[in-house]
Amino acid sequence: MSVRTARAGRERVLGLLAAMLRIRQFEETCARLYGEGKIRGFVHLCNGEEAVAVGVMATLGPGDAIVSTYREHGHALARGIPMDAVMAEMYGKATGCSRGRGGSMHLFDAATRFYGGNAIVGGGLPLAVGLALAEKMQGRKGLAACFFGEGAAAEGEFHESLNLAALWRLPVLFICENNLYAMGTALERSQSQTSIAARGAAYGLPSEAVSGMDVFAVAEAAGRAVASIRNGGGPVLLEMCTYRLRAHSMFDAQLYRDKAEVEAWQKRGPIVSLTTRAKAAALMTEEDYQRLLAAADAEVDEAVRFAEDSPWEPAADLGRFVYAEAGSP
Amino acid sequence: MSTRITYREAVREALREALAADPRVFLMGEDVGRYGGCFAVSKGLLEEFGEERIRDTPLAESGFVGAGIGAALGGMRPIVEIMTGNFSLLALDQIINTAATLCHMSGGQFHVPLVIRMGTGAGRQLAAQHSHSFEGWYAHVPGIRIAVPATIDDARGMLRAALASPDPVLIFEPISLYNMEGEVTEAASAVRLEGAAIRRPGRDLSVITSGASLWKCLEAADALASEGVEAEVIDLRMLRPLDDAMLLESLARTHRALVVDEGWRSVGLAAEVGMRLVEQGFYELDAPVARVCTAEVPIPYPRHLEEAALPSAPVIAEAARRLVGHAK
Ligand SMILES: Cc1ncc(C[n+]2csc(CCOP(=O)(O)OP(=O)(O)O)c2C)c(N)n1
Repeated sequence: MSVRTARAGRERVLGLLAAMLRIRQFEETCARLYGEGKIRGFVHLCNGEEAVAVGVMATLGPGDAIVSTYREHGHALARGIPMDAVMAEMYGKATGCSRGRGGSMHLFDAATRFYGGNAIVGGGLPLAVGLALAEKMQGRKGLAACFFGEGAAAEGEFHESLNLAALWRLPVLFICENNLYAMGTALERSQSQTSIAARGAAYGLPSEAVSGMDVFAVAEAAGRAVASIRNGGGPVLLEMCTYRLRAHSMFDAQLYRDKAEVEAWQKRGPIVSLTTRAKAAALMTEEDYQRLLAAADAEVDEAVRFAEDSPWEPAADLGRFVYAEAGSP
Repeated sequence: MSTRITYREAVREALREALAADPRVFLMGEDVGRYGGCFAVSKGLLEEFGEERIRDTPLAESGFVGAGIGAALGGMRPIVEIMTGNFSLLALDQIINTAATLCHMSGGQFHVPLVIRMGTGAGRQLAAQHSHSFEGWYAHVPGIRIAVPATIDDARGMLRAALASPDPVLIFEPISLYNMEGEVTEAASAVRLEGAAIRRPGRDLSVITSGASLWKCLEAADALASEGVEAEVIDLRMLRPLDDAMLLESLARTHRALVVDEGWRSVGLAAEVGMRLVEQGFYELDAPVARVCTAEVPIPYPRHLEEAALPSAPVIAEAARRLVGHAK
């Protein structure tokens, strides 16, 4: 039994578990809706990586900016974008958080400072640097939290961004979700230095590898990093060691990894591991779990109903939003 | 003698043939090996040719395209695969500042026999970072050749011709055509890296296009034929160099031209083709040159908006009707 779990207390455990379950059930529903043809395009699910989204977001404030990737449903939900609006975006409806124009890979939300769903691998990192620069230059206290995969660490933009952020001591929290595979390419087959934390250190960033399957470990590490950044300590890199339990996208036969490997990771998944530990510590019961699961399912069902009932944008509006419209901020 | 295969298989056969024929040829790109290619084009090639020649790269478009240029300079015949045109923008510097310029900057001492293949085009609801058509944009640049195979024969034959070129060749494979089935004919072995092709003869107007739009134009031409309008459909095949002679020859027969392009209208391929017709064939024209292009938006996700943004057979047919009615 982990000390962290015991210390956490029942309310905290249930809160974190509920947050992860609503992401998990959302993702499972997306997979089903994809099969039904309701959701199209490329869809990348984050099953297995929920603890990273939930643990990091728990440490951020409303003034912070978030930059994410195409595997961002969990980040968006954990950040507080209403599930209705996220599901409507999956459908491409006018009520979606990006008015339907972006779909699964391009969730945006100004109210929560969620700067997207970027589907260009590595494309979000410079953006986070700039958002942090704006915080600093305007004397605000916010930071930019930037999520990306380990595959992105091979792109030039990763290196350019870390250097810039460190050089200018910018308030950026770089969160690498190291799930070991970039599509079908394993980390050790594609990168000479497989420690992403070591790369952060090479650019002078305090960098740490963290178990991304343990939501408390994630929240603790993120909490320390956020405190250091807010104290003017400059950017921090966290390498969250995790695993994607589902395929890369809906078009992936997963021939590049063993079923046994996936099954082994399934047993270490963030939801099952938290539940097991919390039950052992007598902080929750199976009834608690079932209640939270039912609540998550109910919320997802409601979001699906909302999306189904929502209107499409009229085709006549196709040309809108290419440039800022009059009255835009 | 002919065989029915998919466009995807045609490209794979071309790769296999090239790898077997010349030990200097190798394929590199993201997920081309173990994964079999993001669109399954290179499936099975790793098993057949091994890791040295079917090289999975890290996510580093600028790096591996640049390495392809270097390997070509050093005597190899690299085929670099970039997943899609949108991702090729990360390698734009290497393609335009280096591959396209080395021959000229070195006074002809060096040349870059590099082939870059990439997927292009919309139609699968992949939204604004996966759907764009940049082939016309690349065709702006001297020093590279731009090939767009729209048929099974060209998918099968253009790679061989590209590898024979001493200069960098970019091959744009329309993603929406990978599943298309058709015959490989004997013409595939004689495919050249020049010249447009008349895919359907007609006397009333010339419809000039390339890539996946070819099939929409042919569909429109069928609809028009049932109304007694005979459209001549021309597949540009090569966007650089453009085959002015064939376009003008067709215009001299039809006296009307409609250019259809999946790129955006402003400052694009259709503008260039139209201007060449006006420059060189003004007195053949019985009506202003017309065009159908993609609406000037980043491609949106929902199906109805994506469809509204792209050229479609009904819109092409309607533009053709307006054009033939124009002078009446
Ligand atoms: C610049 C660029 N190159 C290639 C792709 C295609 N692609 C999308 S996701 C992906 C794998 C990225 O892996 P990683 O960064 O580890 O993130 P993960 O998908 O594992 O979350 C690839 C190759 C892309 N979207 N952008």
